Amino acid sequence: MNPFTLAKIALRALLRNRMRTFLSVLGIVIGVAAVITMVAMGEGSKKSIKEQMTAMGTNAITIMPNQSRRGGVQTESTETLEEEDVIAIRENANYINGVSPMVTVGGQAIVGNNNSPTTLSGVSADYLKIRNYEIQDGVMFDDETDRMAKVCVIGQTVVKNLFPDTDPIGKTIRYKSIPLKVIGTLKTKGSGDFGQDQDDVIFTPYQTVMRRFSATTNIRQIYANSIGEGYAAKATEEIMTILKERRNWTKPTDPFRVFTQEEMIQMVTSTSDMLSLVLTAIAGISLFVGGIGIMNIMYVSVTERTKEIGLRMAIGARGRDILLQFLFESVIISLLGGAIGIALGIAASETVKIAMNWPMSVSVTSVIVSFGVCFATGVFFGWYPARKASRLDPIEALRFE
Amino acid sequence: MQTEQPILSVQNLRRDFKMGDEIVHALRGVSFDIYPGEFVTIMGTSGSGKSTMLNILGCMDRPTSGHYILDGQHTETLKRDALARIRSQKLGFVFQSYNLLSRTTAIENVELPLLYNSKISAEERHHRAIEALKMVGLESRMNHLPNQLSGGQQQRVAIARALVNDPVIILADEATGNLDTRTSYEIMMIFQELHRQGKTIAFVTHEPDIATFSGRTVTLRDGLLKKDVINEKVQDAKVAFEMLPPPETFEDDEEGEVE
Repeated sequence: MNPFTLAKIALRALLRNRMRTFLSVLGIVIGVAAVITMVAMGEGSKKSIKEQMTAMGTNAITIMPNQSRRGGVQTESTETLEEEDVIAIRENANYINGVSPMVTVGGQAIVGNNNSPTTLSGVSADYLKIRNYEIQDGVMFDDETDRMAKVCVIGQTVVKNLFPDTDPIGKTIRYKSIPLKVIGTLKTKGSGDFGQDQDDVIFTPYQTVMRRFSATTNIRQIYANSIGEGYAAKATEEIMTILKERRNWTKPTDPFRVFTQEEMIQMVTSTSDMLSLVLTAIAGISLFVGGIGIMNIMYVSVTERTKEIGLRMAIGARGRDILLQFLFESVIISLLGGAIGIALGIAASETVKIAMNWPMSVSVTSVIVSFGVCFATGVFFGWYPARKASRLDPIEALRFE
Repeated sequence: MQTEQPILSVQNLRRDFKMGDEIVHALRGVSFDIYPGEFVTIMGTSGSGKSTMLNILGCMDRPTSGHYILDGQHTETLKRDALARIRSQKLGFVFQSYNLLSRTTAIENVELPLLYNSKISAEERHHRAIEALKMVGLESRMNHLPNQLSGGQQQRVAIARALVNDPVIILADEATGNLDTRTSYEIMMIFQELHRQGKTIAFVTHEPDIATFSGRTVTLRDGLLKKDVINEKVQDAKVAFEMLPPPETFEDDEEGEVE
């Protein structure tokens, strides 16, 4: 029998039980749509992280305490970064043209009746060039003269929140009851995805945060900038040497982790990879369940049509003809489900993108793979019922009531 | 009487079934030939082995021992697929319960056997199905569904289906068993007409009056051939039909539904 005839027979049988067909198709639709959406979510977040990190500047280097992990539990770090480390790097490194610590305090910035829930970031003046920020009005604070000064530089979102109608330069904001004088504003950088608004920032000298706000000498991380592309590896080596020398470090393990931008991207995306793998696996399970649904319905269909199978065999159908007839049915169900599922998945991804402003990226690979998996699902789960049908004894089948 | 080769020849045919520990001998060594153009009824009570015989003649079952030669070909050792091919190309079946595919038009039911023969184009399939329906006088109903047809009409569609592949023999299994007398005779008229056109027919029945319409009756009992007689006085189904008392006031008393 040619494929066209087989498809016609299969379609007719499926149309005869519309509700049943619809439900079997639905199982696949849900599975495929879930896979497409989850993959789109994973791909989207990965892409947006990459874009964000690249926007930070390709020469950026991040230094963090080396946190040891035991069985997934983060144990306390043994070494901490200090202000002296920043100074040592600044004075001794040759492949670095900027270095800044980063210490943060959470809270509200308040001006009169306006407030802005913005994290206060303690940095040094170099931070602007490391992270590609530019001053719009006023000036950046100076590391020497503004040490521990109660001054700040604010991003455009904060300007909008706190000074909707006035010029912020020279005004005072209160952060945790401490007054900070605005000496500069930043040019807008645009918002990154995930709602990480890069203009929602308040910068103040890091000593101000350490002494006045958090009363600590520990620095969470240090940002640095290598002198150009291709110097990142040399710069990280140099930083590590400086940090070790300062501590007379002799242990084989490194006291800190120094990431180049490239490594940082890899680290962040590997987490995101893991997440999308888990999500896709869960979605894949629902596709598997859909396949079991097909198998179930095909068994029912074979049993119900035992007499028809017997007749077809009596008038000359070979086992293979019967096998293909039922296999076509299950493959049509799964491919139909696949096609609708892909369309639905794309639509869902676009809806999430627009409605929730999440980064979604439907990958062509996921669409092609989903369709292929659907075909395989149809064949795999349709095979046993179809084979059962093809092995029926025509005499017994004809007698079946 | 015949000098030509038999179209069908069974020789010392045996068929045993295992029922638990017991072995049931359904056929205990039956031999007969059917020649081209014969209309043979195979008679027997239930348990006589006539169903088993028909299954073997229909190439749906294989004998335990003995020979079955159909159209010059030994069938005893053939595999499933080869038997299916014989059923597709050399045999035509008519069943007691019609066995039409529901929700499938008459013409599509008739086309069905040809679907399993890849050498026949869709066009030829359609053409031959119409021809077959004309032979049973149902060309005007070819787009009707089985549930829109009476029992007799359904059986005529089934006969057309058995004719469409131009088989060497038509095998009928109690083909009038579900029909009232009038309709049975109508069906027998069709079989007699096909016989006149030269078709070879083997008709299994347990009704003696049906056997009178055929030229020869083979009777089985307890798995053995009991009688094989030439019917000297073949009754004309048309005459018999006209002799029947006129139908009662209700026109359609046939059970028209399949499944």
